[in-house]
Amino acid sequence: MMQELSLNVLDVAENSVRANATLIHILVEEDTAADRLTIVIRDNGKGMTQEQVQTVIDPFYTTRTTRKVGLGVPFFRMAAQLSGGDLTIQSAVGEGTTVTAVFGLSSIDRMPLGDMNGTISTLVQCNPQIDWVYTRRLDGRELVMDTRQFREILGEVPLDSPEVLQFLGEYLRENTAELLAEKSDS
Amino acid sequence: MKSLAELQALREQMKGRVGIRHDDDSSIRVVVGMATCGIAAGARPVLAAFTEEVAKRGLTNVAVGQTGCIGICQYEPVVEVFEPGKEKVTYVKVTPGMVPAIVSQHLVNGTPVTEYTIGASGAQG
Repeated sequence: MMQELSLNVLDVAENSVRANATLIHILVEEDTAADRLTIVIRDNGKGMTQEQVQTVIDPFYTTRTTRKVGLGVPFFRMAAQLSGGDLTIQSAVGEGTTVTAVFGLSSIDRMPLGDMNGTISTLVQCNPQIDWVYTRRLDGRELVMDTRQFREILGEVPLDSPEVLQFLGEYLRENTAELLAEKSDS
Repeated sequence: MKSLAELQALREQMKGRVGIRHDDDSSIRVVVGMATCGIAAGARPVLAAFTEEVAKRGLTNVAVGQTGCIGICQYEPVVEVFEPGKEKVTYVKVTPGMVPAIVSQHLVNGTPVTEYTIGASGAQG
């Protein structure tokens, strides 16, 4: 069991990495009017059949042929359901997989989001060969971090060099703080 | 606030130094277990601490990365250190607080921090 939702994201996104995705989108959206927190992990990896989708949702399904997913998705699903939400998976072989988790934003049983920026930094650092698009949205305003944009600026400088990773961490932290601060101003 | 213009500036600074990082035979590899078990036990801040400490000390011969579940989930977070020509060292139940000692004593000075290793943990698998 994870302590924060961001750790579930770190874990579940790893499935996209192992599905040989080259581009992974992660969206975290808070909608206070709808009292909803939505987390979407979308990849362009090898995808799954409907049968495989069922196996990743059920932690006790034992006839799976791959070790692609274990308790990661069931944990994430449980966290969503505890808060009055749910988790759905859409997938098509050869096209990719989208995991969508919806949470009751103000539910007392909703786990804290936690350090999403730490999760994104870790994913980029450990998988610099993949492109990551992270969108953090709050009531219609958003910040977007797209490693394709980073790469374009960096040229021959590697995305996972320590200086760039440090910049990425600060970039995410400062822009997230700004996004969240504007909320309390209004 | 950080903007992409600053990334451009960083690139200009770094341009001439690309290639300074050598991933050759002399490099040390540090891998943190980042499967469900490791993440749940606190691997993310441990990886971040290694990255920060290695960057702070400018250790260009150390690569920090991740691995999956190695089957000793009860000892997570697990960190393995691979040095060329030496036996692998496995640290168990690692916390960010242990990282500076591992970096300075082991990665820099070549002496593993025995008390944090799996051999010293005293428990059976």
